[in-house]
Amino acid sequence: MADTKLVSKIPEGPLAEKWSKRKSEIRIVSPNNKRKLEVIVVGTGLGGASAAASLGELGYNVKIFCISDSPRRAHSIAAQGGINAAKNYQNDNDSVYRLFYDTIKGGDYRSREANVYRLAEVSASIIDQCVAQGVPFAREYGGYLANRSFGGVQVSRTFYARGQTGQQLLLGAYAALNKEIAAGSVKSYPRHEMLDLVIINGQAKGIIARNLVTGEIERFGAHAVVLATGGYGNTYFLSTNAMNSNGSAAMQAYRKGAFFANPCFAQIHPTCIPVHGDQQCKLTLMSESLRNDGRIWVPKKMEDVLKLRKHEIKPSQIPEEDRDYYLERRYPAFGNLVPRDVASRAAKERCDAGFGVNETGLAVFLDFADAIKRLGHQRVEERYGNLFQMYEKITSSSPWEEPMMIYPAIHYTMGGLWVDYDLQTTIPGLYAIGEANFSDHGGNRLGASALMQGLADGYFILPYTIGDYLSHKFAEPKTDINAPEFAEAEKKVRERIDRIFAVKGTETVDSIHKKLGHIMWEYVGMARNEEGLKKGIEEIGKLREEFWKTVRVPGSNEEFNQELEKALRLVDFFDIGELMARDALHRKESCGGHFREEMQTEEGETKRDDENFMYVGAWEYKGEGAEPELHKEPLKYENIKIATRNYKD
Amino acid sequence: MEYNIKVWRQRNAKTKGHFETYHVTDVEEDASFLEMLDILNDQLIRQGIDPIAFDHDCREGICGACSLYIDGRAHGPDDQVTTCQLFMRHFQPGATITVEPWRSAAFPVIKDLVVDRQAFDKILQAGGFISVRTGAAQDANAILIPHDDAELSMDAAACVGCGACVATCKNGSAMLFVAARVSSLALLPQGRPEAARRARAMVAKMDELGFGNCTNTRACEMECPKHVTIDHIARLNREYLKARFSE
Repeated sequence: MADTKLVSKIPEGPLAEKWSKRKSEIRIVSPNNKRKLEVIVVGTGLGGASAAASLGELGYNVKIFCISDSPRRAHSIAAQGGINAAKNYQNDNDSVYRLFYDTIKGGDYRSREANVYRLAEVSASIIDQCVAQGVPFAREYGGYLANRSFGGVQVSRTFYARGQTGQQLLLGAYAALNKEIAAGSVKSYPRHEMLDLVIINGQAKGIIARNLVTGEIERFGAHAVVLATGGYGNTYFLSTNAMNSNGSAAMQAYRKGAFFANPCFAQIHPTCIPVHGDQQCKLTLMSESLRNDGRIWVPKKMEDVLKLRKHEIKPSQIPEEDRDYYLERRYPAFGNLVPRDVASRAAKERCDAGFGVNETGLAVFLDFADAIKRLGHQRVEERYGNLFQMYEKITSSSPWEEPMMIYPAIHYTMGGLWVDYDLQTTIPGLYAIGEANFSDHGGNRLGASALMQGLADGYFILPYTIGDYLSHKFAEPKTDINAPEFAEAEKKVRERIDRIFAVKGTETVDSIHKKLGHIMWEYVGMARNEEGLKKGIEEIGKLREEFWKTVRVPGSNEEFNQELEKALRLVDFFDIGELMARDALHRKESCGGHFREEMQTEEGETKRDDENFMYVGAWEYKGEGAEPELHKEPLKYENIKIATRNYKD
Repeated sequence: MEYNIKVWRQRNAKTKGHFETYHVTDVEEDASFLEMLDILNDQLIRQGIDPIAFDHDCREGICGACSLYIDGRAHGPDDQVTTCQLFMRHFQPGATITVEPWRSAAFPVIKDLVVDRQAFDKILQAGGFISVRTGAAQDANAILIPHDDAELSMDAAACVGCGACVATCKNGSAMLFVAARVSSLALLPQGRPEAARRARAMVAKMDELGFGNCTNTRACEMECPKHVTIDHIARLNREYLKARFSE
């Protein structure tokens, strides 16, 4: 069963000793040799910024690229609720093992045991590092760090900085990056977009990037390349991702031979502000932390639903006994704090049954009336003030007076580039960290774990593991950007750009992307089935053809051209969407965020098929138009009892 | 809804800019200001007109990418929001809305409404960090920080680096931006050994990059989308004075 192309390099020995063992085996590069080595890091979110800063400190020559005007804009900044760490500061019997266990279980037994254990192991150091950097985490009155709870978990291990935890952690990593830029060890290239990966003799040796201000196509060489380019949630057009977040770098790597793992595992977040109309381009997340104190409900009686839709009554006027707190009803042990995939499907179930509370029928309530009564205005304000303000600005309705309305939306992608234990892809010298890889979250990511993974990879894992590869490279000369491989890659990039301008059609990029979003949400969304997925693949193919006949990108390459940027990304979103559907079609089981309608229990819960699908599905590119080849990495659980996820008791 | 958008057009940093007025139609009532610009751009492209370039990304008010001077105010007529969190319900249907880029010598125009804010990065590179290496930290709870100090520090750290303070200041001063970082760190025990150097280096870099002086008009505080107040400028001044005396 083991696939010769997927060597996970998981160290032998007991789980708790694997990382120590690997670290002791990794070869070290001496300081004078580090100076000769160059590393390219693409992306400046938590993973990229922390990796580049740490590599710079070690003495490597680092080049870091981002598409924004400043590294600080990366979408990690928008994470609200918090970051998990097994500190056990609350004395609630938390431990590395429990964090590991919760993450594996939350991921519905589709993540790699050794990677997740290591993540839990280094989690405590992340908090230490961030506090030392001056991240203003929330504090108790005694000056100690405060914690809150998150979904899928029964302990309080989430550290937070109001509803802006991602911002504060990113500013910490960005500050560390600035320190290294000032020291000269890192050179920063803002407003640069990677458009291809350059492979020489089977190894990653550089990138082709477009200067987004001038349009110049530039070549950059290095001894290794790290992709920290985030997820591909924007395939759906409407998502909680930032407008410019995209999956293009991962797709370029895929086309150059990096395997893409579990693409169908996408997370749908239960607490987003509902869609308001056709012209919307972005969905806004309301932090999961709100589920600590907010209660989710819809009316029990259809007559109340109809009155709500006609604005004849206010939600607060519906008496307690006529409310269906459906998460508390269905999952008494976890209540409103079930994992995201479970909460999302439960909301869909109520709305499909006709109980959606707004005009579109696609919304449920998240109510703070009890919390305000219990905690008082000031403490609720301290915990969620900025989220309440944001909600009110967007909807012009105050959560202090009436419950919020929420609905699930695409938020995060667990799938990504396949990596081994060292975070190296199937291309030697190419690494993928953070959301861009697949390894830690299985079929569903727990809240407050994305920040943890990004920083674990960037601060504490990659800087060690990449040394093992680079220790064999210091004798090699600097990569020559005049090599024919660079010229060939640049030529292909120019051809792709010229081809887009040559269409001269009538449709805007966004209007076609919206159509892709509709196809994805309809056929590859919260509930999937064989017929729909086949239809989805067909529809994506048709839309791709439509794009190449009708798209209109004004202007030229040699200028600041946002339409061209979007068009280049959309070309890749077609391929990702198709790959997601293909993967979802092959995975005939329900697991985490991947819900196949054919595979559910009588109560409508996910039904895994461990016998046939307990593996990582990694796809190998076989050329344009050709079907990709599936490789399987079997998942072994030696330290955890595999069970059906149960959040009921 | 329909609006007239009077907007600054400028091909690149080298050419001269000018205002153009466009008519935008079919804007939904709940649309955000940037969604209105998306709709306008869609209509312009279909008319064969080059779309309007503007910076934006998260559209949740946190990344700090969006800017825009709208009807004479940074981030438009609503208070304590970035432009992406400004909604069209704040404008009369049919109104003519004037949209300009940030206007400051330190933020040169790249195209239309997009400006270059790398000066902010450079100020932070001059000293807006604590020099701790990865792995060198002690246990997080070994450093106790009073609740109220952490909250105050967070008030300053909420700065998103959008540049509204500079754009709105008649002197083009970056004092509120610099103060936000210096004050946030000054309220914490970490990083004290380099506090004096930090204050001197960041202020010197700000001056070098062509930002103006602060004359306490408080315009920055009024327009800051994250409500960073000038108390933090006072704290920066204290830090700076202390640093000068310690030279």
